[in-house]
Amino acid sequence: MSTVLSEPRNGLRDAGARDATPGNAPLVEVDGLSVSFTTAGSRLTVVKDVSFSIRPGTVLALVGESGSGKSVTSRSLIGLAGAGARVEARTLKVAGRDALGLSEKQWRGVRGKDVGFVLQDALASLDHLRRVGAEVEEPLRLHSGLTRAQRAERVLELLGRAGIPDPASRVRQYPHQLSGGLRQRALIASAIANTPRVLIADEPTTALDATVAAQILRLLGGLVGEEGALLMVSHDLAAVASIADRIAVMNDGRIVEEGPAEAVLQDPQDPYTKRLLAAVPSLASRGRRLSDEPPAASGWAASAWVAAGTPAPGAAEGSATATPRAEGGHAASGIEAAGDAAGAALLELRGVSKSFRGFDSVTRPVLRDVSLRLHRGETLGVVGESGSGKTTAARIALGVEAADEGLALVGGVPWADVPRAERERVRRGVQLISQDPLGSFDPRYTVGKVLAEPLAAVGVRGAAARLRAAELLDLVRLPVSTLERRSLQLSGGQRQRVAIARALAVAPSVIVADEPVSALDVSVQAQILDLFADVRREYGVASLFISHDLGVINHVSDRVMVLSGGEVVESGGAEDVLRHPQHPYTRELLAAIPRLDARRGAGEPEGRIS
Amino acid sequence: MRALALGRVVARRALSGVLVLWGAATITFAALHTVKGDPALVLMGGEEANPSPEALAAVREEYGFDKPLWVQYGIYFSRLLHGNLGDSYQQHRSVLSAIGIQLGPTIVLALSTAVVAVVLALAVALATAGRGPTVAGAVNAVTTVLSSVPGFVLGIALLFVFSALLPILPSAGNAGAASLVLPVVTLALPIAAHLVQVLQPELDEVLEQPFILTARTRGASVASTKIRHALRHCLMPIATMTGFVVAGLLGGAVLVETVFSRQGLGRLATAAVSNQDLSLVLGVVLFAALVFVLVNLAVDVVYSLLDP
Amino acid sequence: MTSLVSDPTLLPSPPDAAGTAPVPAPPSAAVTAPAGTPETAGRAASPRRRAWRGAAARITVSLSGVFLLALLVAALFPGLLTRQDPVAVTLGVPLSPPSAGHPLGTDEAGRDVFSRLVHGAGASLGIGFGATLIAVVGGALVGLIAGLGNRLVDGFFMRAVDCLVAVPDLLLAMIVITVSGAGVVTALVAVGVAGIPSVARIVRAQTHQVRVSPYIEAARILGLSRTTVALRHVLPNAFRPLIPAVALRIGGAIGAGAGLSFLGLGAQPPRPEWGAMISTGRNFLVNDPLLVLWPALAITLTVLATGTLGRALKRRLEGRDLA
Repeated sequence: MSTVLSEPRNGLRDAGARDATPGNAPLVEVDGLSVSFTTAGSRLTVVKDVSFSIRPGTVLALVGESGSGKSVTSRSLIGLAGAGARVEARTLKVAGRDALGLSEKQWRGVRGKDVGFVLQDALASLDHLRRVGAEVEEPLRLHSGLTRAQRAERVLELLGRAGIPDPASRVRQYPHQLSGGLRQRALIASAIANTPRVLIADEPTTALDATVAAQILRLLGGLVGEEGALLMVSHDLAAVASIADRIAVMNDGRIVEEGPAEAVLQDPQDPYTKRLLAAVPSLASRGRRLSDEPPAASGWAASAWVAAGTPAPGAAEGSATATPRAEGGHAASGIEAAGDAAGAALLELRGVSKSFRGFDSVTRPVLRDVSLRLHRGETLGVVGESGSGKTTAARIALGVEAADEGLALVGGVPWADVPRAERERVRRGVQLISQDPLGSFDPRYTVGKVLAEPLAAVGVRGAAARLRAAELLDLVRLPVSTLERRSLQLSGGQRQRVAIARALAVAPSVIVADEPVSALDVSVQAQILDLFADVRREYGVASLFISHDLGVINHVSDRVMVLSGGEVVESGGAEDVLRHPQHPYTRELLAAIPRLDARRGAGEPEGRIS
Repeated sequence: MRALALGRVVARRALSGVLVLWGAATITFAALHTVKGDPALVLMGGEEANPSPEALAAVREEYGFDKPLWVQYGIYFSRLLHGNLGDSYQQHRSVLSAIGIQLGPTIVLALSTAVVAVVLALAVALATAGRGPTVAGAVNAVTTVLSSVPGFVLGIALLFVFSALLPILPSAGNAGAASLVLPVVTLALPIAAHLVQVLQPELDEVLEQPFILTARTRGASVASTKIRHALRHCLMPIATMTGFVVAGLLGGAVLVETVFSRQGLGRLATAAVSNQDLSLVLGVVLFAALVFVLVNLAVDVVYSLLDP
Repeated sequence: MTSLVSDPTLLPSPPDAAGTAPVPAPPSAAVTAPAGTPETAGRAASPRRRAWRGAAARITVSLSGVFLLALLVAALFPGLLTRQDPVAVTLGVPLSPPSAGHPLGTDEAGRDVFSRLVHGAGASLGIGFGATLIAVVGGALVGLIAGLGNRLVDGFFMRAVDCLVAVPDLLLAMIVITVSGAGVVTALVAVGVAGIPSVARIVRAQTHQVRVSPYIEAARILGLSRTTVALRHVLPNAFRPLIPAVALRIGGAIGAGAGLSFLGLGAQPPRPEWGAMISTGRNFLVNDPLLVLWPALAITLTVLATGTLGRALKRRLEGRDLA
């Protein structure tokens, strides 16, 4: 049941180089593994009675969200579960060795020699003060007994094996001088330096662009020979789908489902697995909820938007803006352009270009002649990989940065030309939600104060403000007790909800969301995306949604704009662009999306999304 | 290509250094002119010294006190650039030669202290990093005490114990290595304590980084990761502390030389202040500023060479 | 004795690890599952040890507070603590050991040591607080201007500050004293001015950091005016690290003042001051080491006490508890 891969397998181990495992005995055998820690006086069991095995020539994917225990499990296989960890198991065999009760010294003989480990984000996982060559050489120095000259030669060989072109020039460079993909390859090269029998990869493709991630996955899959085994740990089901033979899903320290990859992905048995699969956004999931959370309560301060002039839910497009000044002291905050008919855009960029001066005083263009229009009530998805300029475009549309050339308009008026008296009101009409909301909260403030500030800005103070704050928290499904807490004490998902609540407090017409869910677990991401959908449905808020994740964009957007290298390469209605992409870059991007049914075999018709 | 970038860095730092020196010299110039009364008289030691009218006239001529202020400024600077720091009335020699005589012992003291302090700090920080909050707490307590005790108090305490109670080390003088021990220890301990207080949290942070874990996964021992990886990351905090260390050395030398009755610039300066020998005081100050700027420049250059 | 008032622990903490790029960051850990390097995660002491440490910390802080309070009383109302006149010479009993009338004995001139100690608190604390005040006010102003201004303004002020730094504090103090004569007030001014650079650097760095923080931008996006944002967010956050810095600096200033007096450049005899007492007592070190011990202890304990309080404040402000 091996996978069908287009590249010839190179193998972690050259056949016959070492004594072959007798028969088909598993290279990794784990039975009843439990890992617990003592923190703050209490014992916390992070891995509970986990069992699995990996046979030679196969890839096992360990999938779970943060806190599931998957990383600790993988690190227990090399004795690095963490200081103060108590590791217990009935059986723990790695690379043919009994690993129970190994001393630290014995473990050092195993690590880097029998087992190779690849961490995520090579920028942080490689010592940035050492050259790439030195990093790759380290395991050789520790285990191989080769001379310095021999090691140097082997390093070049390894870099080539990992797919790095022109290794001789890369060897002398420092990690930050390599691109993300090359760095990860270098990291992989150092892990396979001593041709270990087992390779463990912990989230190897996070922090990488989709196209590059796909290549790294192919590389990893290709490294597994007839004799080797790969354990891949990931939170992304789709990413593992392309190379895993078997998948084990972990939740709360336990394996809740395990089996052949196809079976787990196509016909999951466990409810958690089903939820996880249902939570992945894509073109196929448009229009349906991703999570189990019930729709957000409606009715909150719909008055705020009526006052702001946004059409009430269900109202026809282009209905005239209603009462400018509000009931209940709510100042209008919508964007009322002169002659704001249905066709006018809330936000617009016309031929915008922007360049930045880098640290080396070199001016690089970040945006080139970019245009976009965002209309009332719609969601425009802006997708591109890192460096495509999407954040800069968003910031210019938001009015917080100035374009070098071209115009940035709000409600038909350039930001710079908004009349003084209107400035505050217009400014409030466009709010921002960013990837990491923690930085956007004053570190001294409790959540209550964070919400009180925008409410005060729209004239709601005192008891009325407290009431509104509670309503806002209710809307984003946070308990009222959150008001007392500080932002540092909240989880990523909770912070994002508070950020959404704050943005809504001023009743904006537009929310610019810059990678709002990228740092979140899949299930939390699903909840936040549902929340966005609710808000949009209830209050008609338009949204400029930026993401590198095409699946997310597929799910939320009405219209899509694809950016590459600072230029718009394609734009149009979501269904059109995503089902029938015209531009080669768009096609490449779509092809790189990990698909849950990638294992169906090669030769997928282009553009088909799972 | 790198040489060009390096050249630019050096040029910028050098320019900065020159500006700083110029500022320091201006400060001394200002000090000269804020004294009460006749600056020429002050430079000659005040009324107690009772200088002759000819001597006074000579000084006035030299400094140009009768000329407009901006001219005096120019004269002052041109004299400085020629290495003329004026004359010490007390010692009856030029300030420059007075400094030159006392320079040796101070340099020896300063260099030994610097080496001891840095090595000690690195050793302690590396040995105790990443070992958990108890060890960190203990180190913190010790370094807090050491950096709180004023240096001269520490010096006297050490003097008492090792010289009076247990006569194993000399209490005074410049003779030989033995006489260097107590002064160096007195100066080095507080400096090292401060360095450790900065290094320790940095090191702890470095040891949490993913690349340390990567090294462990390759089979490196904890000690090996500290020496081969973490150490290099310590160098930057130490480089930024250079200014502090140098200032500490220069200032500390004054007190230490007094406590241990050693010859050196510190004693020179103290005597100068007591004698109200203004030109000598200003001369020493300028010299200190020069040393400060040069050392910082040197460290910056070395650091730029090492930084990828 | 090292640089009189620069305390490197007050250097702005290194910036956080590089901020997340728009590229996907790993899912944030929702639970306490150890992430990152497992080495130190989970390495917590047993609950008993933690309780010990917490109690020890609380005790030291309380003791420090009590000690400083006593010092304040000594400085402001010395009469409450001692009847003896600190400068009155009792003929015939120099260097006597502790007795009923003189709890700590007498010094070489027959004066009561204890009362000199008590009265000396005023001079020492005076220099400490006064110099700190000068350093903080001056430094905060310079740092704020440099931090808020454009590159030119910033550059100018920071170069000026650098000039001050280039001259070691003690030598700078010496200039001031040579020019204006020795005494407590001059020592105070000298130490204060010498302390301006470090404060200025901290405030400037913090102001810079705050200026570009996302929450400042978020506040602007909410529609708040520049002034409101500056007053409500920039200033309070910029000055936040200053509060513990002040407490820590006081200890350093006291030590510095004592150092100057030790050299004979600060308080002049017969005025009681701890540094000066050490200086004279040094001559009798072999005969009567206690003469040096008491003032040395006084200085050390004072610096330790202010330092402890300062560090506790710093931890509290940074959100960690005392344990």
